[in-house]
Amino acid sequence: MLVVEGARVAFDGVAVLDGVDLCVATGEVVGVLGPSGCGKSTLLRVVAGLHVPDAGRVLWDGEDLAGTPPHQRRFGLVFQDYQLFPHRDVAGNVGFGLRMLGLPKPEVRSRTSELLELVGLPGYEHRRVGTLSGGEQQRVALARSLAPEPRLLLLDEPLGALDRDLHDRLVVELRELFERLGITAVHVTHDREEAAAIGDRVVVLPGRPPRPPA
Amino acid sequence: MIPRWAAAALAAPPAVFLAVFFLWPLTAIIARGLSAGALADALTDPGLRRVAWFTLWQAALSTMLTVLVALPGAYALSRFRFRGRAIVVALVTVPFVLPTVVVGAAFLALLPDRWHGTVTAILLAHVFFNYAVVVRTVGAMWAHLDPRLEEAARVLGASRWRAVREVTLPLLAPAVLAAASIVFLFSFTSFGVVLLLGGPRHPTIEVEIYRLTAQALDLPGAAALALLQLVTMGLVLAWWGRGQARRAQALRLQPAALAAQPPRTTGQRLFLGANLAFMACFLGLPLLRLVERSLWTPSGYSLDSWRALGREGAGTSRVVPPVEAIMTSLQFSLAAVVIAVVLGGCAACAIAYAQRGGRLLDTGLMLPLGTSAVTIGFGLLITMNRPPVDLRASWWIVPIAHALVATPFVVRAALPVLRSIDPRLREAAALLGAPPGRVWREVDLPLLGRALLVGAGFAFAVSFGEFGATAFLARAGTPTVPIAISQLLGRPGAVNVGQAHALSVILMVVTAAVMLAIEGFRSGRETF
Repeated sequence: MLVVEGARVAFDGVAVLDGVDLCVATGEVVGVLGPSGCGKSTLLRVVAGLHVPDAGRVLWDGEDLAGTPPHQRRFGLVFQDYQLFPHRDVAGNVGFGLRMLGLPKPEVRSRTSELLELVGLPGYEHRRVGTLSGGEQQRVALARSLAPEPRLLLLDEPLGALDRDLHDRLVVELRELFERLGITAVHVTHDREEAAAIGDRVVVLPGRPPRPPA
Repeated sequence: MIPRWAAAALAAPPAVFLAVFFLWPLTAIIARGLSAGALADALTDPGLRRVAWFTLWQAALSTMLTVLVALPGAYALSRFRFRGRAIVVALVTVPFVLPTVVVGAAFLALLPDRWHGTVTAILLAHVFFNYAVVVRTVGAMWAHLDPRLEEAARVLGASRWRAVREVTLPLLAPAVLAAASIVFLFSFTSFGVVLLLGGPRHPTIEVEIYRLTAQALDLPGAAALALLQLVTMGLVLAWWGRGQARRAQALRLQPAALAAQPPRTTGQRLFLGANLAFMACFLGLPLLRLVERSLWTPSGYSLDSWRALGREGAGTSRVVPPVEAIMTSLQFSLAAVVIAVVLGGCAACAIAYAQRGGRLLDTGLMLPLGTSAVTIGFGLLITMNRPPVDLRASWWIVPIAHALVATPFVVRAALPVLRSIDPRLREAAALLGAPPGRVWREVDLPLLGRALLVGAGFAFAVSFGEFGATAFLARAGTPTVPIAISQLLGRPGAVNVGQAHALSVILMVVTAAVMLAIEGFRSGRETF
């Protein structure tokens, strides 16, 4: 179970997150909804350990993660713009986390194929990531994050860059996938319908209070 | 991104190398040049003043001629789309990357004897050498200039020429100035070409520094000239920097594909054809002539000159067989490439990862490129001859000098790649379970590897053809290929000249092949 307690992050003295609490039970998918600029992405970065909060704690099953670097948290993150490794093919991207776990090559290969099948891209192993469409990149990014079987999946506007039709189709697919795999996830979006469709529960991160006139 | 101590540890080797082998010799030159009234002597010596004046006006004239001759070529290659354009652009660049000795030998082979030792020969070789600088620098700008600007002027009543003069040329001016500054610098510091083509009658400052050091043993005089040279180059580079700053004006640049059109009218086809024919003749003939001469002997065409590469040269003093020069050059270049790739790789990482101090190292490492090769060689000669660093008799002095000039190419190849890596790519790797060192190995290193390979190619080509610094530092018994060529050309007899031509062809083919391979390796980018 993930618990965020009083997370506070300020950039140049302006609080982006001001004492945010969040609780995600194991097996639960929580949508975090909020207007752009309200610190949703920063919240994910704090959970992932990419950003050290000015105050507050991140706990997993009661254990404070403050001393745990990102690569030891076993959390997955799907970036908004995917951040696929440009110098590796699809299999190289999906299998990356498995190689980090030290799995033997044949196992990496078979797991990679399974995952590509899972996200609907069977046979894509040797495609270069530069040749993929936006939707395909999104699926590869998802498969890459799922491969090492993270304890918690973080999704940062995962469908933000896609056109409407594809967006709606993937919302359904994601929902089914998460249910089937029993995934624990935090899904950040500005789209109310998307949050409600994918998440078991939606929490709203309030926007920053308007600045007083100077 | 990485701890400060790590950035400092990466920056230290290139910084120390630069300080010992470049800044210290430079300081020594300045100190010697300023001491004992050497500078005053040099400035008042009518002979040296004539040399300085000649250096200046031949460089200015070379620059003007190059710009005039190359501007139509820049237009043709940037504004017209035709099959094989990328190949033409790559081939046009070949002369620029050729070692100066090859250019000198090619023009000696091409021009009739009575033109040897004339200013005309020097000017022709300089235009040949620098044609690509203007075509590529100005062409890059021209290719992205929106043609509709000119059309707007036409609609407003400007004639075609008027539109070019009022709209296009002013917009191109910064690019033309930038190219002209580079051409001026190369012509001003031209050593190999002038030494071979100008003969004793037309020494430039560079050639005179060499003569004063190697023959007259007048080190203070040489130092004073080197100082003069440094000041002039500093001024030109500062001026160039200002031009570069102005160049960043708000231009709505178009993708090249939009600006370049296939030639439509007969006039356009004629213009393009004439330019391509001119390039083929002017850039191709000297090199073809070099190949032809390497096969020519007084008794007709044969491979005698090539077979003679394994034999000692004819003459009164013993000359090593040219084949040995090739082996020497390969060893020097290999060592120089290793030094340059290690130092350049360290420097690029330090510059890319360090928050502060990166710019300083970057600029510092670029300095040897803006300094003439002769100055580098001369500086090393007068500082590395006594403890604490006595490398006078050391084999390493030559690869070190080459590495000074080659390292900036490695840095320039690696730095943009490292800088373009999105930090979130590293975060993605970390979240997939890669610890910090592994992140670097999995994300940075593979991308860096390709860039370092390109840098190594440049470094090899630069080192293999280096002449100016090597002339000061190579020992008599172990000449490099460029040194051997210049020695052979200075000896009488058809066998010697034939060997020189054959060696020049080898040097030309190796350098051009490496450069074209790099172009091919980088392809996928735009033509310019």
